[in-house]
Amino acid sequence: MQLEENIPHHDNPRLIHINDPKKTNDKFGFSGNEIRTSKYTLLNFLPKNLFIQFHRVAYLYFLAIAALNQLPPLAVFGRTVSLFPLLFVLTVTAVKDGYEDWRRHRSDRNENNRETLVFQLNEFHPKRWKKIQAGEVVKISSDETIPCDMVLLGTNDSSGIAYIQTMNLDGESNLKTRYARQETNKLVLEGTTISGVVRCEQPNRNIYEFMANMELKGQRFPLSQSNIILRGCQLKNTEWAIGVVVYAGQDTKAMLNSAMSSSKRSRLETYMNRETIWLSVFLLIMCVVVALGMGLWLKRHETQLDTLPYYRKIYFQKGKEGKKYKYYGIPMETFFSLLSSIIVFQIMIPISLYITMELVRLGQSYFMIGDQHMYDSSSNSRFQCRSLNINEDLGQIRYVFSDKTGTLTENKMEFRKASIWGKNYDNSYPDADASLEAKDVTVDRRKWKLKSEITPDPELMKLLYKDLSGEEGVAAHEFFLTLASCNTVIPILTESSSSGCDGVLGGSPVSIDYQGESPDEQALVAAASAYGYTLFERTSGHIVIDVNGEKIRLEVLGLHEFDSVRKRMSVVIRFPNHTIKVLVKGADTSMFSILDNDRPAEDHIRHVTQVHLNDYSSEGLRTLVLASRNLTGEELAEWQHRYEDACTSLTDRSVKLRQTAALIECNLTLLGATAIEDKLQEGVPEAIESLRQAGIKVWILTGDKQETAISIGLSCRLLTADMNQIIINGNSENECRKLLCDAMAKYNVNSTSCSSQITKLRRKAEPDYLELPSQTKSSSMPQQCAGEEDTPNFGPLALIIDGNSLVYILERDLESELFDLATSCRVVLCCRVAPLQKAGIVDLIKGRTDEMTLAIGDGANDVSMIQMADVGVGICGQEGRQAVMASDFAMGQFRFLKRLLLVHGHWNYQRIGYLVLYNFYRNAVFVLMLFWYILCTAFSTTSALTDWSSVFYSVIYTSVPTIVVGVLDKNLSDKTLLKYPKLYAAGHRQESYNMSLFWITMVDTLWQSLVLFYVPLFNYRESTIDIWSMGSLWTIAVVILVNVHLAMDIQRWVFVTHLAIWGSIIVTYGCMVVLDSIPAFPNYGTIYHLVKSPAYWLSILLITVIGLLPRFIFKVFHQTFWPSDIQIAREGEILRRRRRRRHIGSKTDEVSS
Amino acid sequence: MSSGDAALQSSSSKASKKPTYSRFTQQELPACKPILTPELIMAAFIFLGITFIPIGLSHLSASDHVVELIDRYDEDCIPVDNSNSEAAYNKRIGYIQDVKTDKTCTRTLIVPKKMKHPIFVYYQLDDFYQNHRRYVKSRNDEQYRNPAADHKTAHCEPESMNNDNQPIVPCGLIAWSLFNDTYSFSVNGNSLPINKKGIAWESDKTHKFGSKVYPKNFQSRSLIGGAKLNESIPLNQQEDLLVWMRTAALPNFRKLYGRIETDLEANEMIKVVINNNYNTYTFKGKKKLVISTTTWIGGKNDFLGKVYITVGGICLFIAVAFISVYLIRPRPLGDPAYLSWNLDPASN
Repeated sequence: MQLEENIPHHDNPRLIHINDPKKTNDKFGFSGNEIRTSKYTLLNFLPKNLFIQFHRVAYLYFLAIAALNQLPPLAVFGRTVSLFPLLFVLTVTAVKDGYEDWRRHRSDRNENNRETLVFQLNEFHPKRWKKIQAGEVVKISSDETIPCDMVLLGTNDSSGIAYIQTMNLDGESNLKTRYARQETNKLVLEGTTISGVVRCEQPNRNIYEFMANMELKGQRFPLSQSNIILRGCQLKNTEWAIGVVVYAGQDTKAMLNSAMSSSKRSRLETYMNRETIWLSVFLLIMCVVVALGMGLWLKRHETQLDTLPYYRKIYFQKGKEGKKYKYYGIPMETFFSLLSSIIVFQIMIPISLYITMELVRLGQSYFMIGDQHMYDSSSNSRFQCRSLNINEDLGQIRYVFSDKTGTLTENKMEFRKASIWGKNYDNSYPDADASLEAKDVTVDRRKWKLKSEITPDPELMKLLYKDLSGEEGVAAHEFFLTLASCNTVIPILTESSSSGCDGVLGGSPVSIDYQGESPDEQALVAAASAYGYTLFERTSGHIVIDVNGEKIRLEVLGLHEFDSVRKRMSVVIRFPNHTIKVLVKGADTSMFSILDNDRPAEDHIRHVTQVHLNDYSSEGLRTLVLASRNLTGEELAEWQHRYEDACTSLTDRSVKLRQTAALIECNLTLLGATAIEDKLQEGVPEAIESLRQAGIKVWILTGDKQETAISIGLSCRLLTADMNQIIINGNSENECRKLLCDAMAKYNVNSTSCSSQITKLRRKAEPDYLELPSQTKSSSMPQQCAGEEDTPNFGPLALIIDGNSLVYILERDLESELFDLATSCRVVLCCRVAPLQKAGIVDLIKGRTDEMTLAIGDGANDVSMIQMADVGVGICGQEGRQAVMASDFAMGQFRFLKRLLLVHGHWNYQRIGYLVLYNFYRNAVFVLMLFWYILCTAFSTTSALTDWSSVFYSVIYTSVPTIVVGVLDKNLSDKTLLKYPKLYAAGHRQESYNMSLFWITMVDTLWQSLVLFYVPLFNYRESTIDIWSMGSLWTIAVVILVNVHLAMDIQRWVFVTHLAIWGSIIVTYGCMVVLDSIPAFPNYGTIYHLVKSPAYWLSILLITVIGLLPRFIFKVFHQTFWPSDIQIAREGEILRRRRRRRHIGSKTDEVSS
Repeated sequence: MSSGDAALQSSSSKASKKPTYSRFTQQELPACKPILTPELIMAAFIFLGITFIPIGLSHLSASDHVVELIDRYDEDCIPVDNSNSEAAYNKRIGYIQDVKTDKTCTRTLIVPKKMKHPIFVYYQLDDFYQNHRRYVKSRNDEQYRNPAADHKTAHCEPESMNNDNQPIVPCGLIAWSLFNDTYSFSVNGNSLPINKKGIAWESDKTHKFGSKVYPKNFQSRSLIGGAKLNESIPLNQQEDLLVWMRTAALPNFRKLYGRIETDLEANEMIKVVINNNYNTYTFKGKKKLVISTTTWIGGKNDFLGKVYITVGGICLFIAVAFISVYLIRPRPLGDPAYLSWNLDPASN
């Protein structure tokens, strides 16, 4: 009955006929194995690329302006000229896209043309990957890459095991096991051609799950995740493997997962958009002024229009007499004037800024990636910029949410302590005279290489060797059997020379490498091995354990893998003597509830173990509890039945498996507990200290226990002895509310909602909570206490809150209380939090403050948090690459965060902030200059500048220096920034970009534009100057002005900067010479004429000086008398350096004299 | 052994992704990091002060040396009263548009100071928007330059074709509205020759206007904008046209009319006979005759000089202001005591 149910009827399953690709693909056109990651083909490149490009608003703006300009009454610029900026940008982007796509094409082609052996005409023949179809049977040899998702049919191994490396898929470098079903493996090894049907789910992107079943000769059996090998993986340590293709090409899980992109927008850019709206308002005002002016002027001169020598609206030509020439009446002319002024003033909206910013960020990330100080030699990984949009956000981070395991710690586990049968064995202090063990260890070491060095506890060794009869001895025996068997670790034996004899004394150099998905398990297996319980072999059906030289073969009847709901895993094992046992290990919370409570004799043990566990976790160790149980025949039968049902199920398999597990995971006998140390990463305490000085609040969100979390907090100096710890661990909403309010009342945290509630609550709920005193312990130093008892300042606060409480707090309306309390604490530790809760906490802060948040983590459980935070940082660690894939930045070590934020974040923020303001200024000053002139031309949107100069202004004349400065300028050296972390607060205070800076810049812009316009105007009033000479003067003056303006603000002049700034001015002159040398242009010869005139040069000098004088005076007085922290630090840094150089110089002088 | 080591190292460095060190990639390029020390600030202001004031003074004195005579004649050279009434306006228009009336007008100017040659004669028009977009664009430089491009009259509308649909050369509103007042000077009864050669830019004559392009169909319609052109002289020799075609940047502008190659003594009376043909009366634009000498700064204009002196003065003043404030509130550069967290320990 169950088997019938297992066929998913809710959606049509995918039917794969093994060895019959025709039939398989007959009805359903399953996609072939050809992959295409490229976006374009030669034919559709142009339209598709343009279509995609015009999705950006900026380009649409360009297009609209260019289109407006094509209308005859509006043709302000020449037609070709007006298209230039758009074409320029489109071409640059298209070339970039084209190049990227060409590379994708090339890699696709390489990929598609790879060959692999496919079963054709009763033999395996090589076939190109792109020709492979679903239903075909493929043979993979060792070290080959798997071409598509296939169900394993058989391998060279009789047990059907295959090892694969999933590096390409999830980045994990350790080997994973996949099994062929025994049924098919047998057939494969016999050499029979298999024909059957695989029913599997529709293609999906979940790489951790697969549900299918296979029908073979009328027999139906389940297939799961462990039976499928995915495209992109590599076959390792397996001579060959044969599988049937189930998903090919675009349907493979690897391809379905390849589209990974997160787009975030930086805060500065958001602000920038706000200011862009202001600029649009200015633009509109200017256009309206021009249009109204035009309307009024026309109105006033209405009667004269055709007699004016400079305005003609009708033809006098015979045949066309009286016909209007480009004149549509005053209202229309006014409207056209509005539109054409938009065309003239278009660069007021600095559209090019978006492109500039992209380039600058690209340059910045080049330097971040290339920073040697952020290279991690242990994992051989550079810093990675996965997102190019939020570089500057790194300079404004206020909250850092950090995962603990693998982020603060190395996630290289070491077995430290064990509690067995109520007795603590502490092997962290190796005994020097334990000769027996020492010998054993050396033998062990020769036998296999272990990742961690474990010195076995002599007492425990003695217990194990003595006898296995006593209760304690049996427990110890089972304890280590559990360690060795209850896991998913795969031992990989490498026999470097003659083997066969694996005796302890044989000395054959068999090295065992334990490959597993969890570092904890690897550590535990290694530990078991050190105590003489060596895991030697693991297949789907059995495991072989070497117990002190004696090989025991244990039959594995079933295995319930670890899941985050149960928080434990178990194996059902049949011993050679046919006893059947369940061996379970799991988190303490999940284990104590399923222990057998009917045996009072063991209460004591349980109690002692719990004490041990608390001890361990207070030392910062990770704990696991081990337990076992004998199964009776009935229990086994029932479980086996349910287990097989659940395993073959295509729907809700995990739920069914969980229910099945509950059958046997009960009434367990406690064996003991293990304690594993997770070492802090190098430099973590220093990094955290620096971050804190920088005004960044570091929160730790961990799945670990409260005690573990606190101890890690202490060891990484996040928590200090003088902090007041507020601990919130309530089991109900009211309790949490009370704890929160009490804490707030005690530490005088201002809260909006608490004060009223607290009195109410006190009255109502006091009796219920008498037994739950708030666990707040003040451990501040006594002398401090005496002085500060009555003052509202209690010293720094630390909030420790657990996942249970968070459930109540985040789901109910307690969020604001938590927020008030948490933000007034210096440190917040959240323990026992689920992945989604992590995101919830980040969201809490993000939703309630304007501050920037950064989440850093390394595991799959951090992905939600990383995606939620403003900036997500992934650590390339042991736990795979999901965190990195989801992150914006990725790096090898936590301590790089210090450099990333304090140095690169600071630099990027300063650079981008200045870049944005400067670009606003640069474009606005130009537009305003044009605007003033238009007021002198009867509002007729004439530009004195040549069309080409107007267009080149933002594209060629002034664009390079902004990019160079945006990439290369730096106000402070990294040493200073790291020395004074508090300088980071400049980003918090938004010193580089804020509303008032914007307005100051705009006022400055206004002044400079007036100077630009009026100095030549007054100088050349009532003179013979022609419009092109004037335009030429203005062009060069504005280019010099904005470049000198930039030069005045540059903090660090390198060769490239000089080249860019002065080069721009020279290039401008060059362009003007070229433009004035083309006789077809009306401006022919202008520049040659102008340069001979001293008044021209004097005007330029005067414009530059008067334009920049107010800014310079402001800057000088501000820097000298009201210096910013950055300014002081900069002076200190430079003066120190100069002094040192002078010192060295005087020394060398002495030497030479 | 050493070679083996080297091989090992090279292979390991190949595998390593460690960023290669260069001063560029590590952002450690040798750099000049300027800081504004009080000395530097003082030096900058004083330098600006002491360079700008002399420049200003020499400019002013140059401007002072320019002798300039301006005579507005549009009102006086018309036998209609200057009232703003509609009737007067129409009368003025009627007068100026009447081809038959003799519009000569004689003006007498007194030379205020000795004027050394060359003396430049300009006409000045006020409120004439030569920079109006419709006007500026109304030309076709290809036609002016290339004898084979008669028909190229794009942008010249509505002055591109004559009534017989033949292309007008030079086409466009600018050429059509060519200024046509003429001046003849005499001092003490002797006529003063005006050199009208070389008033246009050399580049315009050599390249921009063709030596083989002759005026055609020009001013052939009833509505005449201004001067007619001699159809036997190529465009590049019509220097008045060339000057006119360099449209002015501002609505009040001067254009070079010619040069007087002799000195004029102070208090000499110059008699100018003006042919007052050009119609500025429709838009109430002023017409002026300007006779001026030049110096290295060009014509008479003391704007730059005054501003240079003012800016120099301001700079010196700021230098003084700065030093006095600095003496009251001195701050050692780079003193960490001034860092915000050191000034305000409570915030720590």
